[in-house]
Amino acid sequence: MNEILTDETKKVLTEPLVTNNPITLQVLGICSALAVTSQMSTSLIMALALTLVTACSSAAISAIRNHIPSSIRIIVQMTIIASLVIVVDQILKAFAYDVSKQLSVFVGLIITNCIVMGRAEAYAMKNPPLESFMDGIGNGAGYSLILIIVAFFRETLGSGKLLGIEVFKLTKDGGWYDPNGLMLLPPSAFFIIGLIIWSVRQWKPAQNETVEFKIMSISHGEGGHH
Amino acid sequence: MENYISLFVKAVFIENLALSFFLGMCTFIAVSKKISTAMGLGIAVMVVQAITVPANNIVYHALLKEDALSWMGITGVDLSFLALLSCIGMIAALVQILEMILDKFFPALYHALGIFLPLITVNCAILGGSLFMIERDYNLGESVTYGIGSGLGWALAITVMAGVREKLKYSDIPAGLQGLGITFITAGLMSLGFMAFSGIQL
Repeated sequence: MNEILTDETKKVLTEPLVTNNPITLQVLGICSALAVTSQMSTSLIMALALTLVTACSSAAISAIRNHIPSSIRIIVQMTIIASLVIVVDQILKAFAYDVSKQLSVFVGLIITNCIVMGRAEAYAMKNPPLESFMDGIGNGAGYSLILIIVAFFRETLGSGKLLGIEVFKLTKDGGWYDPNGLMLLPPSAFFIIGLIIWSVRQWKPAQNETVEFKIMSISHGEGGHH
Repeated sequence: MENYISLFVKAVFIENLALSFFLGMCTFIAVSKKISTAMGLGIAVMVVQAITVPANNIVYHALLKEDALSWMGITGVDLSFLALLSCIGMIAALVQILEMILDKFFPALYHALGIFLPLITVNCAILGGSLFMIERDYNLGESVTYGIGSGLGWALAITVMAGVREKLKYSDIPAGLQGLGITFITAGLMSLGFMAFSGIQL
């Protein structure tokens, strides 16, 4: 067991969760992160699918990294990723047809998800398979965390349910909660991600971006009445 | 004809790839700091989209769809599970060819768009367009319209976004929201604006 959980694998597993989160810090993979989050169930499936694809593709690419000519590496990586996504897509169609219909094109879009390509290019091409696999899991988990937080707010506030189970009793059923329809529309996902980024950066100010233009403060005594 | 106009307007405004399906967000956020670069990328996306959606449509209907190979005398074959692989391969190949053609015949255009072309292969908006085309079963004419329309919608969204961001950098933003955070909130407000088109029936 100790051989699997070395310092390196621990680092690549936990770092992407907050300190180096692929979505909030590296701006990768937000494309699909937002569209599937109006329900918890679809987000969970999507998170699982992406984590699996990232981990397996990283491991596979890392295993053959010394045999890939660098001029065609993008095509090779893409073929491996696309094949894995096809497997996931077919499995979903066979065993969870309803969810696969709801996810529509977004399972296919895992191919172009920047997290998968980004980890393959940045980590798997330089590191051995086991570490790459763990790195894939770690980054997938970082992505899943954001996805689940967004879905939690959107589903509870938007329809008063969580995973289809009633949490707040809606006014139309005689309860007290009036659902916020905006939460089911795409813009709410942008707002929630923006707020998540804000709270993470309040917590870890090192992630703040540098300001291009400093706003000058008007101090007293510069008015000219001297 | 009416059908095509309605599809076009729908693709540009109501079902805007960037703001209502979140496609191509990574590049949308990363390249929208200046209007000129944003516009360059927008035009490149539009051109690539207008070529790849119809091309994928032809490949899908001629080779991959159920019983599509019957013109070769092969029946009962359904290769539609290969659509993902063929779409992304087609896009990568077409972008490469487009890059070579531009380099050879239109060097000025190549220098303006050249840096964006490799980015486009991995842009979700391009693959998303082709996958929506397959899912909604468009014919060739519709896919040309949809390709141009959705590309134009994406270009419009990123150009407007860049315009907003150019002004935004002069405003006093809380430290934690600086940069990425405020960009997301702005995108949300723009998306809210585009939602207003959703009630329009053509």
